[in-house]
Amino acid sequence: MTPLRVVIVDDEEPARNRLRELLEECREELPHSIAGEAANGVDGLQIAAASGAEVVLVDIQMPEMSGIEFARHAQILDHPPAVIFVTAHDRYAVEAFEVNAVDYLTKPVRAARLLTALKKAANGARLARGVLESIDPAPRRYLSVAERGRVILVRVSDVIYLRAELKYVTVRTLGGEHLVEESLAQLEQEFGGVFVRIHRNCLVARRLIRGVERGAETEGEVGWSVVLEGLEERLPVSRRQWPQVKSLVS
Amino acid sequence: MQSIRQNDLPDALPDFRNLGVMSRVLLSVNALALLIALARSREIGEFAARVTEIAGSLEPVLLGVVIVLYAGSTLLERLAYVHGLLAVFGIVLAVTAAFFPFQPEIDGSGEWRRELVWSLGYAVLGTGVVAWYFHLRNRAFSPTISEARLQALQARIRPHFLFNSLNAVLSLIRKDPKRAEAALEDLSELFRTAMADNHELIALRDELTLCRQYLNLEQLRLGERLRVQWRLDPTVEEALVPPMLLQPLVENAVYHGIEPGIGPGLIEVHIERRDDRLRLKLTNPYHEEYHHRQGNRMALANIRERLQLHFDVEASLDTRIADGRFEIDIVMPYRTSL
Repeated sequence: MTPLRVVIVDDEEPARNRLRELLEECREELPHSIAGEAANGVDGLQIAAASGAEVVLVDIQMPEMSGIEFARHAQILDHPPAVIFVTAHDRYAVEAFEVNAVDYLTKPVRAARLLTALKKAANGARLARGVLESIDPAPRRYLSVAERGRVILVRVSDVIYLRAELKYVTVRTLGGEHLVEESLAQLEQEFGGVFVRIHRNCLVARRLIRGVERGAETEGEVGWSVVLEGLEERLPVSRRQWPQVKSLVS
Repeated sequence: MQSIRQNDLPDALPDFRNLGVMSRVLLSVNALALLIALARSREIGEFAARVTEIAGSLEPVLLGVVIVLYAGSTLLERLAYVHGLLAVFGIVLAVTAAFFPFQPEIDGSGEWRRELVWSLGYAVLGTGVVAWYFHLRNRAFSPTISEARLQALQARIRPHFLFNSLNAVLSLIRKDPKRAEAALEDLSELFRTAMADNHELIALRDELTLCRQYLNLEQLRLGERLRVQWRLDPTVEEALVPPMLLQPLVENAVYHGIEPGIGPGLIEVHIERRDDRLRLKLTNPYHEEYHHRQGNRMALANIRERLQLHFDVEASLDTRIADGRFEIDIVMPYRTSL
């Protein structure tokens, strides 16, 4: 058996040092190596993806990307690592972990608890689908696409529109396009405050809507299309969504 | 006049330099005068005449009393409650008697002895009513003080801070035992003060020491991310402030302003004296998406309430968001220990 590869993600340096010390103590009983350390979830994801780590120890309260959001993105990796959450005091998260039997450690972390959690992770314990979303239903800050050995993160606030195509959703930003493996309906539910549906297959960023134009004739009817800031392309509005879009532009 | 209930404040004279106290004295005495005028008049027309008559003799006396009390407040403060109360009665009687020769109804008809007795009687009655009012107010407010103190206790000790700090100290023990020792000493000091049952005013110097100990601990775990800029007038350290006035605000600034940011963030603390006012201004980076993190409102409401209990209408706490920063502005009377 190859030694377990572990990644540490915590925004506080002393907390990372402490985990390293404790891992050292567990090494004899459970051989492992430290594949890398990161001070935030964004960097942590790259390290986890590049190293193919089996376990990630992640702090929950971190700036920019919470530990829970980190775990959601980690699930799309080719070999998703087991995620062990670490928290100083987050009553709501802890309650939710208990209910969903998710493994977590409280700070100050004890070596014995860490060892138990690592053993469980080594035996292949993984989170069930949908558990993280139910623990923290707050919208994510990023959408993620896994590529070989790396993760592409797209800030939700940079997205101009989301368009469903077959089994993927195209994410359009000023910088280009990405394909994510998610359903448009779920994205609409999660980011309802940010995007508005203009068509069965399309959500656009509310704040970028600049107006509407008479569009091309389709099936003998003249439709409307939406003008978005920074985008040449015009996106057709379906008849069904027209009343809602109209109320936004007037 | 000691009360059996532990949480009650011992009876004390009100602070005669306080604007709120003064306005209460003036209002209650005038209200009393109106009542007397109403009782002594048999018809509406007579009421107006009575009011003018009473006001003419009352207002100069009242003003005189207020000025003497203001001037003598530091001396009165040192007396025990009963002695202080007797002194106040003495002052009122003396001022009333001193103004008596100038009263309009004195006409040298020999009635003046009776008039003087009546005047002094009214003076004693008015003083008694006002003293009774402040006594009741004291009793009504003392449970609020203990309530506020309890609340403060809850708001102050953020478990998140305690556990994160302990974790940081643990990480130091093997590599840097000296720093770990210093950190634990800071932590103990901080909790000793936070758990103390103290609601007397303290010197700002002590509160600043506490804030620095707290910031040392936060620096330990946040490192470069936490930057603090102090700007203090040299004289402000002597000023008297409620204990735990600044520390919870600095803690809030770290929790809401520094922790949610990846890069370094700056907390600014400016404290200055302007004549008889002390002005504290604290700003930190504002992260909109984190502004709902719990605890902020509670800590602010708690401090606002304690300021009001100590200084009544003479203290204020305002907040605003400007240029991406959250600002807290506190203005309170500048006082030093006697």
